[in-house]
Amino acid sequence: MKLWQILFPLCLILTFLSHAQASTFVYCSEGSPTSFNPQITTDGTSNNAAGHTIYNRLVEFKYGTTEAVPGLAESWTVSPDGKTYTFKLRKGVKFGGTKYFTPTREFNAEDVIFSVDRQRDLSHPYHAVNGGNYEFFKAMEVDSLISTVKKIDSYTVEFKLNKPESPFITNMAMSFMSILSKEYGDKLIKENKKEDIDNFPIGTGPFVFRSYEKDTLIRFEANPTYWQGAPKIDKLVFAITPDANVRYQKLKTGECHLIIEPAPADINSMKQDSKLKVMEAAGLNVGYLAFNVKKKPFENLDVRRAIYHALNRASYINAIYMGNAILAKNPLPPTIWSYNDQTEDYPFNLEKAKALLAKAGFPNGFAAELWTLPVTRPYNPNGKKMGEMMQADLAKIGIKITLVTYDWPTYLAKSRNGEHQMIQLGWTGDNGDPDNFLNVLLGCSGMTAGSNVAQWCQKDFNAKVVKAKSISDVKARTKLYKEAQEIFHDRAPWVPVAHAMIYRAMAKSVQGYKIDPLGGDIFREVYFE
Amino acid sequence: MLKAVLKKILNLIPTLLGVSVLAFLLIRLVPGDPVMLLLGERGADPQMYAEMKRNMGLDRPMIEQYFSFLGNIFKGDFGHSIVSKRPVLTEFFDRFPATLELGMMAMAFAITLGIPFGIIAAIKRNSFFDFTLMGAGLVGYSMPIFWWGLMLIIVFSVKLGWTPVSGRIDVLYEIDKVTGLLLIDSWMSPDGGFAAFKSALSHLLLPALAMGTIPLAVVARMTRSSMLEVLGEDYIRTARAKGLPFTRVVIVHALRNAMVPIITILGLLFGSIITGAILTEMIFSWPGIGKWIVFSINARDYPVIQGGVVMIASLVILTNTIVDILYLWANPRMRH
Repeated sequence: MKLWQILFPLCLILTFLSHAQASTFVYCSEGSPTSFNPQITTDGTSNNAAGHTIYNRLVEFKYGTTEAVPGLAESWTVSPDGKTYTFKLRKGVKFGGTKYFTPTREFNAEDVIFSVDRQRDLSHPYHAVNGGNYEFFKAMEVDSLISTVKKIDSYTVEFKLNKPESPFITNMAMSFMSILSKEYGDKLIKENKKEDIDNFPIGTGPFVFRSYEKDTLIRFEANPTYWQGAPKIDKLVFAITPDANVRYQKLKTGECHLIIEPAPADINSMKQDSKLKVMEAAGLNVGYLAFNVKKKPFENLDVRRAIYHALNRASYINAIYMGNAILAKNPLPPTIWSYNDQTEDYPFNLEKAKALLAKAGFPNGFAAELWTLPVTRPYNPNGKKMGEMMQADLAKIGIKITLVTYDWPTYLAKSRNGEHQMIQLGWTGDNGDPDNFLNVLLGCSGMTAGSNVAQWCQKDFNAKVVKAKSISDVKARTKLYKEAQEIFHDRAPWVPVAHAMIYRAMAKSVQGYKIDPLGGDIFREVYFE
Repeated sequence: MLKAVLKKILNLIPTLLGVSVLAFLLIRLVPGDPVMLLLGERGADPQMYAEMKRNMGLDRPMIEQYFSFLGNIFKGDFGHSIVSKRPVLTEFFDRFPATLELGMMAMAFAITLGIPFGIIAAIKRNSFFDFTLMGAGLVGYSMPIFWWGLMLIIVFSVKLGWTPVSGRIDVLYEIDKVTGLLLIDSWMSPDGGFAAFKSALSHLLLPALAMGTIPLAVVARMTRSSMLEVLGEDYIRTARAKGLPFTRVVIVHALRNAMVPIITILGLLFGSIITGAILTEMIFSWPGIGKWIVFSINARDYPVIQGGVVMIASLVILTNTIVDILYLWANPRMRH
């Protein structure tokens, strides 16, 4: 036998093996990231591309939940007055190396100070780099909350707050609190390439950045030194595919392994395809109809309850959400801790509605305006159609509805001023903390900020959510939030309509993936069967 | 001749100014503003809204914004993208090669099929061939690209498995950008070679087919009518009377003369290629300027939209002017 007769098949086998061993996971995403630093972005696309791949935070959300668990901080303590948080940092965490940067030291307190101060300290060398807008940091009011950040030793950092605030910990788990490498930052300053920090990222996350071909592909490689163990896939590719139909076709041909946001109309056929599987979960959102309780006749509780009973909300789930939502009975979505499952929903009952209306002094109904949402949102895909269905429902109890709408900025501005009578709105949660729904949307402070469009300042409700915000004991907070939901249910400042579902479709062979209630796509535990 | 050419070039100025006004105004007439989109539901905070609007320079009067946009263009500055913060021109030239490659392939497809189809239809006038080809041409011309692209994907990629669904090359290849034209880069790249070239070509076929269908129909119909006109001329009859073979008469005598209007049409089709790019690139996830413009419109990225539209319009107008000038050169009667 000649040498080549042995070598040739051997080479073929080796080529095959090397190909089979390097597993590449292709995720069909919908858009291009605006940057690879979650501190300066607010969109989900950028967050998926950097927040969940390249970076970690001191606190992390447990995969598939909104529960805050230790991340780069091994543990933390809160002072009795609730104003000082001391984080003990994890030792032995390495930053991922790339072709443009090889870290020489491990993660420590310097990196925490560097990352947080970039967002809050105007004199920080990176503060003004790449636009210098830290929207999330401001929007979550972390900028005004933190008074000082201090390094106690290399593995201890102390945050002093201006007031006690328990959602601070969940805010620390949000992507904008990602930890960047100070060593890398220093290197870029020397090379006069500061802008690169957000475009060629370095982090401690499960993947390292390899390359980005604009509007086409983002390539990552597994970080072999990841502190929670290297991911089971070797390469991760984001194939940017804006059209939902095309994403579906690519999933069918095996060009992607998992797709974001399948079109609602395709979900049934995906479920029937033996090569695919569909995962679903209630999203962290709520769509609702708010009453302006400062305007007549909506200050009357019986009127609000009558409308609640008269709206056939179950029919909206099919007609507006194509079945891709669940009926809401609380202002909180069910994926958030402290959701009150004991709440008994107001049943659809026209007789009861008429009786309540008569009791309120409107036996023949009245005329009112209802504002319909001018934009498409997961929590309300078609405000106008929902408005028409509400109009038809309320006509049955004698309420004559005029539908009104404005362009989105005007709509928000006018609702802020309380010019509406009834208004459709919704909310998508930021950090999975009940405060982010109950206090922001229904607390008295939300009235001045403009986010409480019901203009509903209920003293007992407000006292509970304000108290819950200032204590850190989760059990006690849960109790307070459950009670607050009972008050909400009783006083009915809104009719909660629906929580839109989140769907992800993937190849059958994909294992280990969990839907993130916060809407992200996280691949650190994904593998092929 | 020089005077006529100069006149053509001077005519460009008002056209381009008009384009700049339209590009600037139209996007501002669309409801929704970039600040609101960036802030989402958080736009409820008026202070943050105002601050961001000021940072973007959108709080200044419209007329002032327009003139600063126009003035900067003369300095070669098309502004910076609100989303990526990079210069609009850099963004444009990053993506233009992809559109150019796709457009050239689509045009090649339109010309190599359209001209023979047109000739056959003209020679076999009123025959079954003629009716079929021209009927198909009419269908091709009226085909919505979005639907057609999806149909091509479903048939060729999903059912037959011959071509990939979308993208420019298999994700396994990492090709360094040299010319930006992937057919060339994939071939030259050390990681590439023939297999990479084949992958790039197979990714290019369906989008080129989708994009080239309308130009194909136009070229075929134009060739037919132009050929019919020429075939009726005296010199064709003379050539035939001399006893020249029919194919030689058609190819050498008739087609050469019939080509003049066809070339004019090809110049004009450049504009339709850009329109086609917007739809085709969205369906096939092709990273060209069409997809870029759509993303920017969705994000209300004003600088990109106004700068990008002015760049695209300039290219189309420039191409048409070059065709006009070539026409002047070819046809002395048009110079006056």
